[in-house]
Amino acid sequence: MCTQSVGLLAGALEERGITTVCIALVRRIAERVRPPRALAVPFAFGAALGRANDAACQLRVIVQALRLLSRPGPPPVLADLEA
Amino acid sequence: MRKAPPTPTGCALWRPQLKTWQTLTASHAAIALYPWRRIDPIPWAELARPLSESRVALVTSAGLYRPGVDQPFVKSLGGDTSHRVIPDDVDLQSLAIGQTSDAFDRAPMQADRNMGLPLDRLHELVSAGVVGSAAPRHVSINGSILAPGRLVRDTGPRVADVLRADQVDAALFVPV
Repeated sequence: MCTQSVGLLAGALEERGITTVCIALVRRIAERVRPPRALAVPFAFGAALGRANDAACQLRVIVQALRLLSRPGPPPVLADLEA
Repeated sequence: MRKAPPTPTGCALWRPQLKTWQTLTASHAAIALYPWRRIDPIPWAELARPLSESRVALVTSAGLYRPGVDQPFVKSLGGDTSHRVIPDDVDLQSLAIGQTSDAFDRAPMQADRNMGLPLDRLHELVSAGVVGSAAPRHVSINGSILAPGRLVRDTGPRVADVLRADQVDAALFVPV
């Protein structure tokens, strides 16, 4: 449900001029909800950034998500976390 | 001759596999059948300036809040669509995890609040010059929302007001 909630809220912010990117824990939900930009990750609920106390792992996810902010449209932009 | 029933050892080995299969099947069916709310048309706001010059805010669905300062999130019909504002200089590990759902593993975030609100990572990216600046305020919601109409209609504008007041260019959303 969180993947839907963040996606919808991202859409509401984007409507008001704020550029957004979501991390999506379930790719199929992101495909259905269609936030403007999302990075699908293969992690469990509660671990969207990979591993606790692992800064390198968390940064890898965050940097890939932030890169989508500059990607040209059209929306939706949905990418998968690269190894 | 009648077949011998499965040995306890065999059952013990087989049951976890059945449980996994049932869970996967149920979740796939649930995802396929659930009436997810579709964004249509999809809004699109181009990033106004390079990321290295942009101000970035974090939005978490972990229901994080400041104990003794903020009201906790509550279980309610359709879900609690209120939001909490988290200052950028908060003591991250002091935040309480107020998510009302039990459908996720709390252990990673209990060990490291960055798993819900990656403030330390954002600050590192600012120091490295990858991100221009961190927003002075970030936002926490309780993502367990079954009736998302209020989230879009009410919470969206309120959160947008917070971020626009802080001249935020972009927001990174982290679910649990």
